[in-house]
Amino acid sequence: MIHIKELHKSFGKNKVLSGINLDIETNGIFAVLGPNGSGKTTLIKSILGMVLPQKGTITVNGGPIKKNWKYREQIDYLPQIANFPGNLKVRELIRMIQDLRRKPSEEQRLITLFQLEPFMDKRLSTLSGGTKQKVNIVLTFMFDCPLIVLDEPTTGLDPASLIHLKGLIREEKEKGKTILITSHIMQFVAEVANTIVYILEGKIYFKGSIPELKEQTRQNDLEHAIAAIANAKNHA
Amino acid sequence: MLKILKYSFFDLIRSRWSYVYFLFYLLLGFVLLFLNNDVSKAVITLMNIIIVLVPLIGTIFGVMYYYNSKEFTELLLAQPIRRSSIFLGQYFGVAGSQTMSLVLGLGIPFVMYGLFKSDAIFDFSLLLVTGAFLTLIFTALSFNIALSNENKIKGFGYAVLLWLFLAVIYDGLFLMSLIIFKEYPLDTFSLAATMFNPIDLSRILILLELDISALLGYTGAVFKKFFGTQTGLIISIVMLVIWTAIPLWWLTYKAKRKDF
Ligand SMILES: Nc1ncnc2c1ncn2[C@@H]1O[C@H](COP(=O)(O)OP(=O)(O)OP(=O)(O)O)[C@@H](O)[C@H]1O
Ligand SMILES: [Mg+2]
Repeated sequence: MIHIKELHKSFGKNKVLSGINLDIETNGIFAVLGPNGSGKTTLIKSILGMVLPQKGTITVNGGPIKKNWKYREQIDYLPQIANFPGNLKVRELIRMIQDLRRKPSEEQRLITLFQLEPFMDKRLSTLSGGTKQKVNIVLTFMFDCPLIVLDEPTTGLDPASLIHLKGLIREEKEKGKTILITSHIMQFVAEVANTIVYILEGKIYFKGSIPELKEQTRQNDLEHAIAAIANAKNHA
Repeated sequence: MLKILKYSFFDLIRSRWSYVYFLFYLLLGFVLLFLNNDVSKAVITLMNIIIVLVPLIGTIFGVMYYYNSKEFTELLLAQPIRRSSIFLGQYFGVAGSQTMSLVLGLGIPFVMYGLFKSDAIFDFSLLLVTGAFLTLIFTALSFNIALSNENKIKGFGYAVLLWLFLAVIYDGLFLMSLIIFKEYPLDTFSLAATMFNPIDLSRILILLELDISALLGYTGAVFKKFFGTQTGLIISIVMLVIWTAIPLWWLTYKAKRKDF
């Protein structure tokens, strides 16, 4: 599905990614973890072609993404910060994205699930952070794409919505999709992820299953295992 | 691209500023015709206004729209759409809505005052075409400035400075250099100076068409002497096309290489 080879990206003097190699061949849920500013969003945006790396290649579904845009038809993307045109109404935004993608979509089920009906005719600039995030989730999950990329999907959600989100993610996984998630909520990661990809200092520091990670760090829960990696690196 | 254009265009058409801009031209047209009562004379006054005002509005609308639609742009970038389509679509939406305000705003009063029966129809159309070019050029320039400046205040400042430079300062500098270097033959220099300023170019284009030598000024006279009226007209239009094409090409070039 996704192959990343020797990916380098810096913003000015700030070297963010320095030689990322990552192969995501199977379906399932991959959690991309790492401290704040480690480059998770940068990596994800590189896959989407929003950030352009200085070196390295990325292929999605067999084709290189450079100078290509069609492959994005295969990707549902949830951005970390839900920046929407403030003067649009929720209904108009959803319709606009449908019009741009021209694919069958099941927004109604999601709108009901997240109880968004009362907000459909409100302008996006007037919504609360959590409600915006729900709109963000509807826009992402309403299409049926083989690859789903979620950048901090849990931000701002209340417990009930979080449960719905987990349900959605599980459903999509059962359909045999590949899902990439970043999150700082380890409990959430432990619940949904099959594989952990840990980024540190611009490289993939660890890739494997949660039991493997626990074994390697000799910790018995994920949160401590992740903290142990960060610490080990600091002391070294 | 057409879809993006459609969204940007209707977004703008619904906005208050498009109405204000449209009503301004409508009012201007009626007032000028009321005062002059002669379509040809009104065209000259109109030219002097259009040549300064259209670039200013194009600049301001361009910068404002670019920054205000940042979220829209980010949303589009994750969709299966070509980058150049996103930026060109938005650009033509902004430039198109301004051109529509201009053409309708001025067109309505002039048509009502019997434009079709007067012989000024070609002059008037040329004026509108020039206005459209100035809109296209200055919107493109300001999109470029906004694209390369994350900071809104800076971008806005640079864009207005560019307008000020081309609309006001340029002529002053040009006159000064004419005085300083008056011993030298300056024809080629002044030809080049005209080509490098779309506002001067537009002025000469219209004055050549109106055939008013008294208003042509030094650069215009050189232009006319060098090319003659016919060739002069064609060359100035070609130059305006180039002035539109280069910033647009640069815009897509830059947009394709930017991180979002
Ligand atoms: N467009 C940009 N221009 C300049 N620097 C950037 C840009 N985008 C990201 N950066 C820098 O790149 C680094 C990595 O940022 P990134 O957003 O990828 O981190 P992250 O791992 O997603 O962090 P978080 O956990 O906080 O979401 C940061 O130092 C950030 O300041
Ligand atoms: Mg991030």
